[in-house]
Amino acid sequence: MLGKLLNLGQRKSPWLLHFDCGSCNGCDIETLACLTPLYDVERFGIINVGNPKHADLLVVTGTVNHRNAKVLRKLYEQMPEPRLVLAVGACGCSGGVFRDASNVVGGVDKVIPVDVYVPGCPARPEAIIDGVVAGLAKLGPDNGQGGQS
Amino acid sequence: MKTSILPFGPQHPVLPEPIHLSLTIENETVLEARPALGYVHRGLENLVAARDMHQMVQVVERVCGICSMIHAMCYCQALEEMLDIQAPPRAEYLRVIWSELHRIHSHLLWLGLFADAMGFESLFMQLWKIRERVMDINEATAGNRVIVSVNVVGGVRRDIDEDQVAMIEKELVTVEREVKQLSLTLLTDFTVKKRTKGKGVLTREQALELGAAGPTLRGSGVAQDMRQLGYAAFKDLDFEPVVETGGDSWARAAVRFKETLQSVDLVRQALAGLPQGDLAVKAKGKPEGEATARVEQPRGEVLYYIKANGTKHLDRLRIRTPTFANIPPLTVMLPGLELADVPVVVLSIDPCISCTER
Repeated sequence: MLGKLLNLGQRKSPWLLHFDCGSCNGCDIETLACLTPLYDVERFGIINVGNPKHADLLVVTGTVNHRNAKVLRKLYEQMPEPRLVLAVGACGCSGGVFRDASNVVGGVDKVIPVDVYVPGCPARPEAIIDGVVAGLAKLGPDNGQGGQS
Repeated sequence: MKTSILPFGPQHPVLPEPIHLSLTIENETVLEARPALGYVHRGLENLVAARDMHQMVQVVERVCGICSMIHAMCYCQALEEMLDIQAPPRAEYLRVIWSELHRIHSHLLWLGLFADAMGFESLFMQLWKIRERVMDINEATAGNRVIVSVNVVGGVRRDIDEDQVAMIEKELVTVEREVKQLSLTLLTDFTVKKRTKGKGVLTREQALELGAAGPTLRGSGVAQDMRQLGYAAFKDLDFEPVVETGGDSWARAAVRFKETLQSVDLVRQALAGLPQGDLAVKAKGKPEGEATARVEQPRGEVLYYIKANGTKHLDRLRIRTPTFANIPPLTVMLPGLELADVPVVVLSIDPCISCTER
């Protein structure tokens, strides 16, 4: 019963934690643009939180380097399960334009498991929202009846 | 009373980017702030060994996604100087138009984040709503919202036609009107003043001594702006740097606010004087030697140094970014503040960590 309720809460109002992991800011400002009036995902209950313990969804932008890999792993471990990880942008998916750079380990999946890859340089807000929706399908089937189950 | 050390960052709700500050505090008062960097370091400058000098334009655009066009323009100007070519007049005007559009969207973005740091969420949403109009212009003229990728060595890749000029002018009227409407809130509101006036003061002498750049420097009363050098088409445009004398967070916000309106005016001037002609000249040859270029980013002066050795790869690329110059002044602003004011003052220098660490 409680599990069902939590699952419903997660699917209907996922809270996201955003971590910039060495991105150029392009994807970060597009992630923030999702929350502002033009796209406004807050009307669907998606809220940007600062605390990993409150978050259902980790949105990671940018490549991983040796220094922030530790921070990223720590944030991931602090999040309660079930959790989703979204790698946003070409850099987050594979290293992108920086893949040959000296201090770059590679994509986010080198450090933590990734559920959804959102391509683009930078990823458009529509693509990021689409990625979130695709990720939520992993948490359980939506019977299309809103809050009823 | 014993002092304690409080970590601020790297992951912090007000910071869009990771920077770590070790704050030594006594009760609620900050005694010392020590920054620690390196969370976003990618080693971009070393990529010159893997990419040739024309491919590097796409790499330097991604030094910073917010002012990407300005980074690429600076790099192209340095390379053009070394190759001894001159971008055509139309390209120079188009560069001014896109770089000023970037400045408008960067300043609106920052003013929004600044409002958010004070907990003024509705102002944040209002400013970002206006910003979307500028993003629409970017998308309509260059095909992408954030990284527009219009620069090539020797000129620009894309043109702005008559319809687009009309569209830009129409949107800018709305942007200007809406920004002016917010001036009452942003500059005179009691809450905003209470949170920003007299907080994080940087005197004129300190700013000069510590080498502050951009709005941080101009907020302390120094009229220095790289656009005064007259690069690209700025030599033909009417332009005066915006200066405030307070040196506090409020002064820095006021400088950026007024620069937003000034940039709207500069785009209009450039559109009015847009000459006809080619978009780019051919950039040929494998140069040898050194060159530097300086341009004004939304955050201050950015300097590119390049060294070539006669092959298609550059020998060395060095980028000196404004936030790097503004971190030493930050360590002077923070001591003596209440802990609750730290996020606002840290944001007041408009930190762009991905520029700083590259």
